[in-house]
Amino acid sequence: MRSDRGPLSLRLAAIGGLLFLHLPILLIFLYAFTTEEKSYQFPPPGLTTKWFGVALWERPDIWPPLLLSLKVAAISTALALILGTLAAAAMSRARFFGRDQVTLLILLPIALPGVITGMSLRSAFGILDIPFSTWTIVLGHATFCIVIVYNNAVARLRRLSGGILEASADLGANGFQTFRHVLLPNMGSALLAGGMLAFALSFDEVIVTTFTAGQQSTLPIWMLNELVRPRQRPVTNVVAVVVFCATFVPILAAFYLTRGGSETAGSGK
Amino acid sequence: MIAPAILPARGAGDRLTGLFWRRPAVLVALLILPPLLWLGVIYLGALAALLLQSFYAIDEFSGIVVPEFTLKTYAELLRAQNLDIILRTALMAAAVTLASAVLAFPIAYYAARYARGGWKAAFYLGVMLPLWSSYLVKVYAWKLILAKEGILGWAASATGTGFLIDGLLAIPGFEGSSLSTSPFGTFLVFTYVWLPYMILPMQAALERVPASMLEASADLGATRAQTFRTVVLPLALPGVIAGSIFTFSLTLGDYIIPQIVGNSANFIGMAVYQLQGTAGNIPLAAAFAVVPIVIMLAYLWLAKKAGAFDAL
Repeated sequence: MRSDRGPLSLRLAAIGGLLFLHLPILLIFLYAFTTEEKSYQFPPPGLTTKWFGVALWERPDIWPPLLLSLKVAAISTALALILGTLAAAAMSRARFFGRDQVTLLILLPIALPGVITGMSLRSAFGILDIPFSTWTIVLGHATFCIVIVYNNAVARLRRLSGGILEASADLGANGFQTFRHVLLPNMGSALLAGGMLAFALSFDEVIVTTFTAGQQSTLPIWMLNELVRPRQRPVTNVVAVVVFCATFVPILAAFYLTRGGSETAGSGK
Repeated sequence: MIAPAILPARGAGDRLTGLFWRRPAVLVALLILPPLLWLGVIYLGALAALLLQSFYAIDEFSGIVVPEFTLKTYAELLRAQNLDIILRTALMAAAVTLASAVLAFPIAYYAARYARGGWKAAFYLGVMLPLWSSYLVKVYAWKLILAKEGILGWAASATGTGFLIDGLLAIPGFEGSSLSTSPFGTFLVFTYVWLPYMILPMQAALERVPASMLEASADLGATRAQTFRTVVLPLALPGVIAGSIFTFSLTLGDYIIPQIVGNSANFIGMAVYQLQGTAGNIPLAAAFAVVPIVIMLAYLWLAKKAGAFDAL
């Protein structure tokens, strides 16, 4: 009685759901070319590419937030890569007392709403009299990026056969040589994927950032201000397209880097 | 000459490797220490600071925070206007969670049971891409859609169904000049943004339901509806609960969406943001931020009592 393609109504509902998830984003691309400056009129009265030029040449206020966002994302990703990989290596290696609590601690920053993370850091900065700086933003971002790297690294370590590490030791390599020549090459793509996802997450983060940035402006904060008090709406659309692509490409790349497991050494038995 | 079976250590690296081999706990401790210090000091420390701040007093005349223990801040939370905010946020979170569960089910079920090969990958990417893509851009896209002159209004007037939107906006509680200033718009955008977080755990749970069980149910004479109600749904419940934890908690804490789409009625997140910023009342902001934590703890406890984690 069961067909392989499922009942028609289920198929329609599933495809409808996916369309609901994707169509709204496409609209952003259309609006980046509209000639209408004052409202969100649909259909656009005309199409033009001039806003890309305007965003590039006539709006110097875009550049400092963009640079700050890139800087914060780069530092946070680097920190998350180190801390997340260390945590993954420790957790995959041993069962120890308090292991579940440590897992919870790693997950907590993304399990709790961003407002809590943001307000907590803000409270701590208040109590300790720490002035806002790039580093206060990095503190928040690195904290929730750790779990992204951790998840990717743990998944890869789980698939990695312990046999190749033993083989490396049997052939006379010490721990550091094994790490450099065996572990790292096998973890590389997973770490790259985790790093890119962490970068995308940090580049796009706005909720925690509003609490830890003070008067500084990252690109998402710039966008938020433009949304609340619009100036040149099509320029915001252009920036939105750029932000979307800047997060979309790493996500797609991360997916292709981590799909399947056949390229992992030692997994074929 | 035959080389000895045990080679002499060639330097510090070899000696450390030997130490790690004899005492694996040393290596684990060294590995876990930096991330544990970071999360323990920065994250847990910050959470402790949040709790501490929420018990601090504020000087009523100067508005300066005084580090003295008081419960007055929490008493202030119980004022009618603040209770209103908490209730509104919790209701919104519940509505969004329900709507997400209903919308997510067909996608998760189809992806788990019928999609094969390329379609499976397409469904996975189809859920992962919206989940990861820029949050602000997604919210912004909905601002464009819901605006009075936007695509929905255009489609409605082109098909002569404008009365549907007008009727929706006339329902008490949904009032607004357009969908983008109506609480219904806020609800739509929340549901859109958090939907992928419901689909993924639901799909994972449904994938663990063995097909033989559904066949057994059919062999025993159950209709499709009966199989769904008595076999699929109970087995999918842990996934639904896991997803609802995400949608519920994310809605509880969000303050961007109600600020951009909706009638600017206050939500917990907005209250926190305004109180710490313009109002400078950090203790009350901190107390407000404690509310979602308490609600989520209660939610998790109830889910545990309902046996939602037993099947995990």
